[in-house]
Amino acid sequence: MDFWNVMSYLAWIISGALLFWIVFDAIKVSKEYDEDYLLSSREGEDLLLDEEKGNG
Amino acid sequence: MANGASEVAVEGGGNKRLQLLKVLGPVHVWALGVGIVLVGEFMGWNFSVGKGGALGSLIACWFIGLLYTCVAMIDSEVTSTVAAAGGQYAQAKHIIGPLMAFNVALYLVLAYTMLEAADALVVGDLISTVAAQTGHEGLDPKPFVLLTIAVLAWLNYRGVFMTLSVNFVITAIAFLSIVVLFFATEPWIQGKVLQHGELLDGLPYGWIGVVAALQFGMWYYLGIEGTCQAVEECRSPRRALPLGTITGIVTLLIAATLTWYVSSGLLPWEYLGQSGVPLYDTARVLGSPALSGLLFLGTILAAVASANGCINDASRAWFSLGRDRYMPAWFGAVHPRYRTPFRSIIFLIPIAVSFAFTGLLDQVITFSILSGLLGYTFMTINIVKFRRQWPLGSIDRGYVHPMHPLPMIALLTLCVATYFATFLGYGSTLLATMSFYIIASVWFHFRRYPFVERGSQFTMPWPRPLGY
Repeated sequence: MDFWNVMSYLAWIISGALLFWIVFDAIKVSKEYDEDYLLSSREGEDLLLDEEKGNG
Repeated sequence: MANGASEVAVEGGGNKRLQLLKVLGPVHVWALGVGIVLVGEFMGWNFSVGKGGALGSLIACWFIGLLYTCVAMIDSEVTSTVAAAGGQYAQAKHIIGPLMAFNVALYLVLAYTMLEAADALVVGDLISTVAAQTGHEGLDPKPFVLLTIAVLAWLNYRGVFMTLSVNFVITAIAFLSIVVLFFATEPWIQGKVLQHGELLDGLPYGWIGVVAALQFGMWYYLGIEGTCQAVEECRSPRRALPLGTITGIVTLLIAATLTWYVSSGLLPWEYLGQSGVPLYDTARVLGSPALSGLLFLGTILAAVASANGCINDASRAWFSLGRDRYMPAWFGAVHPRYRTPFRSIIFLIPIAVSFAFTGLLDQVITFSILSGLLGYTFMTINIVKFRRQWPLGSIDRGYVHPMHPLPMIALLTLCVATYFATFLGYGSTLLATMSFYIIASVWFHFRRYPFVERGSQFTMPWPRPLGY
């Protein structure tokens, strides 16, 4: 097995490990946190906060 | 509420909300825009030489440069006001309406995902080429394509600050490699290295060749509008977005002109017009192994930076669709620790990999370019409506583009010319692309829009439009 064959196998293994980690973390986060909280982002939230502060 | 929530949540109206992290400055915006585009200087632009000759390519370079300067100015004005992820999608939603917004988001997601696939394919092919030069013929590029996408997706998943800081470094190295190549040709002594006097011989296919070259002239700048996707994550969007975008287009105009000048002064147009890696080939002509190595590194880094920026942009556009329920709300989730649109990033990985594994670089790139062109056409309608509905002084703008409506008229004219050029070279792809978006629009209108919560998609505290 030459250098490039080793590199190919390494590329497969590292890619697999990274993708596995991403999916594993996403599943963990989805179980750990409330879905409403994960989906709570709103467009322009900071502008609304600025307005509220300005009015307050 | 689960662990760690308090340290990442944003208080708003008594509720704790997760928002994308606001950590980016003008440098990151520059890195995103130039990073996506610069690979076009290392490959692709030179097909315009094949269509219109070296001088025809220069005309296309500057003509299309004008188109993109208009794009950058218009985008800077609107996006510095609509500071929301999704960029042009959010603009379309607020200014035109849901159907246009859906289409624009689709252009963005497909254009960037396909460009990401093409970039990863380029990295894989370049590694295979190196393997062949060192005696290993027929190396399969697939593991390296997958590795490129996996590493960049992982980086994007872990946070936007590191993602775009890395992009800044690799984009700057790639840009500097072009500058080094330029000075290595000693351009101050005309005729010593560069042979423009002998190599430039007019327009081989006349003016119709120049028109045909326009489509590939887009490669010099395609993607600079991607800066808009970062706006929700900027610390000061009104300052960072216009500054990063305008310095980005200036950088690209310089890079494009240097690239054309050096390559057309060293390589005959017949060869340049079909080269796979024109800047690398130009460096090889000079006979310096160090310079060739630098340009090879520049080519790989430019492709990686482009793929990295594309993952960032495609995921923000998809995330915005999910957040507004234009797609399943599940995609609108924000990672509580890294504050990235993690589900959108994951969802787009297999799509990019499958595009890349087909190996159909030409078709993928053409579809991506056409999607971009549709997006630019939308911008002309968008800016006219924006100025009418919210005239100057009625809403706080971070940047006001000069000479309105001249940039809009110039942009529309150039879009029409580029559609014609695309029709000349890729008529069937153009029709297939248009058909795809029409079918998608019909699906959205009848099957998806009924699920959209119409009121909740407009949370931006804007004044009512004029005449409302």
